[in-house]
Amino acid sequence: MNKRTANRLALSVLWLCAGTTVAVLGAVIIYVFVNGIGQLSPEFIFTWPHGVNAEGGIWPTIVSTLYVTGLAMLIVTPIGVLAAVFLAEYAVQGRLVRIIRFAADSLASVPSIIMGLFGLALFVETMHIGFSMISAALALSFLMLPIVMRTTEEAIRAVPKYIRWGSYGLGASKWQTVSRIVIPAAMPRILTGLILATGRAVGETAVVIFTMGQAINLPISPLDSGRPMTVHLYMLAMEGINLPAAYGTALLLMIMILFFNLTARWLLRRNRRMQG
Amino acid sequence: MADEPMTTSTPSESKSTLKLMSKSMYAKEAALRNLFLLCATAAVAGVALIFLFVGVRGWPIIQDPGLGAFLFGKVWSSSTDQFGILPLVTGTLVITIGALLLGAPLAVGTAVFLSEIASPRVRSVVRPAVELLAGVPSVVYGFFGLIILRPIIANLTGGLGFGPLTAAIILAVMIVPTIATLTEDALGSVVPGIREASYAMGATTWQTIYKVLLPAASVGIIDAIILGMGRAVGETMAVVMVAGNAPQFFQGLGEPVSTLTSQIVIDMSYASGTHRTALFGMAVILFLISMGLVALVRVISNRKKEG
Repeated sequence: MNKRTANRLALSVLWLCAGTTVAVLGAVIIYVFVNGIGQLSPEFIFTWPHGVNAEGGIWPTIVSTLYVTGLAMLIVTPIGVLAAVFLAEYAVQGRLVRIIRFAADSLASVPSIIMGLFGLALFVETMHIGFSMISAALALSFLMLPIVMRTTEEAIRAVPKYIRWGSYGLGASKWQTVSRIVIPAAMPRILTGLILATGRAVGETAVVIFTMGQAINLPISPLDSGRPMTVHLYMLAMEGINLPAAYGTALLLMIMILFFNLTARWLLRRNRRMQG
Repeated sequence: MADEPMTTSTPSESKSTLKLMSKSMYAKEAALRNLFLLCATAAVAGVALIFLFVGVRGWPIIQDPGLGAFLFGKVWSSSTDQFGILPLVTGTLVITIGALLLGAPLAVGTAVFLSEIASPRVRSVVRPAVELLAGVPSVVYGFFGLIILRPIIANLTGGLGFGPLTAAIILAVMIVPTIATLTEDALGSVVPGIREASYAMGATTWQTIYKVLLPAASVGIIDAIILGMGRAVGETMAVVMVAGNAPQFFQGLGEPVSTLTSQIVIDMSYASGTHRTALFGMAVILFLISMGLVALVRVISNRKKEG
């Protein structure tokens, strides 16, 4: 085979790979959209499910999802950001840093179901918190910690060195430099990372199913149990009841996740443009 | 760097005497540093706590029914109190291998396309698509597989369409973003000089990709595939919804199987006693597998750096 023919053939295969990837995403989005859009109405979003087939709306599950996500972000943001500050600004390469990085990588690759069982064993049972928003949020925050740490560390490392030198040159201390110069400069990218992590938390199922409970409930206090949208979708789909509601839930989930992803993207692009 | 006090700077113009950093300020700086260190060790604490709390619940499996019966037992049946995980391990293995066979070429191809062929405009469509694919919740993939893919597979293989083939296809899509992103990074870090040298020798784009770039980036690509494998082994909800969840050995692409993760989800809500212990034991095994894969990636990368 002539090398030009081989080249053309191979390149078309590569085009096909990329095309398939985009097509799969398109298929999932369009499919969920087309089937779910008829279901979306204020009534579906703001009323309670009722009856054996969970007719009606999914309001409590939306609240549960947002509640647990917000709570988890509240827990993980300070810890994750400060941990990244340590790794990027303070840490001296050595054994301790290697151990921390290995632990963070391991945590990032822990299957989410294990995080669910861990949350069940530690928070729900050993600490007697029971199935609750706070148990689920704590378990979720362990899952999100490595994501927040990595994106924040990358953001801080992307801040040019000379800005720090300028700050030190003016006599600022380490903490003054970090808190007033480096973190504000890295802020857009840190926020992007946090928003992406939020998107992951919204879509998480296996962690929350064993830590939040599965009964439909409108959570008020962090100790209340509930059922998030993902678990609701899982149960509707597995029991094969009320498929329209399943489509509607899936669409709402996708909209929320698209929203978080596109916001993060937009923030990043705006930041890039501003820096020229 | 860390403990370098800011005292060596030249005296400021406003003050005539060289003023060292005050003691209280030094103490504050040190305290903050330790606080950050504490936050950073949260990751280590997380790993330790998971091992401890999942491990403690899974530990008794070593006495009853014994490690051998647990790891190599051929029957998983809660009604007869037999908890051998061999069928589940084979299920996980078959589905993971299937997902890698389908997903890895697709992902590497997409990454090569993004890094070597796509024009900036095409890239600005494909790359966000890959990233969004990573954001789709696994339960939505499972739902998609259950409603759309399962009937198609059922026509192909007979039966209901629950089984390794459906699960492998869904998982293949799910691991594409992981492998593609990391492979693209690996291709991006190949020094541009050898790419240009290859073109200067008259090589076509494909020859350059195949004979120069892929070998140069091979370590990174292998790492990417290993991490993709980790994702496939640990994926839960999507697999539960399409694998069929019958704890039996692999009998065909269209025959239901169960995996380590899916069996945990299905059984956890009602399991008690030895059954529950076995589920936690499975979680420990999954944890060890995923940590082992991360360690493997480290070893491979370090060897490359030294070599």
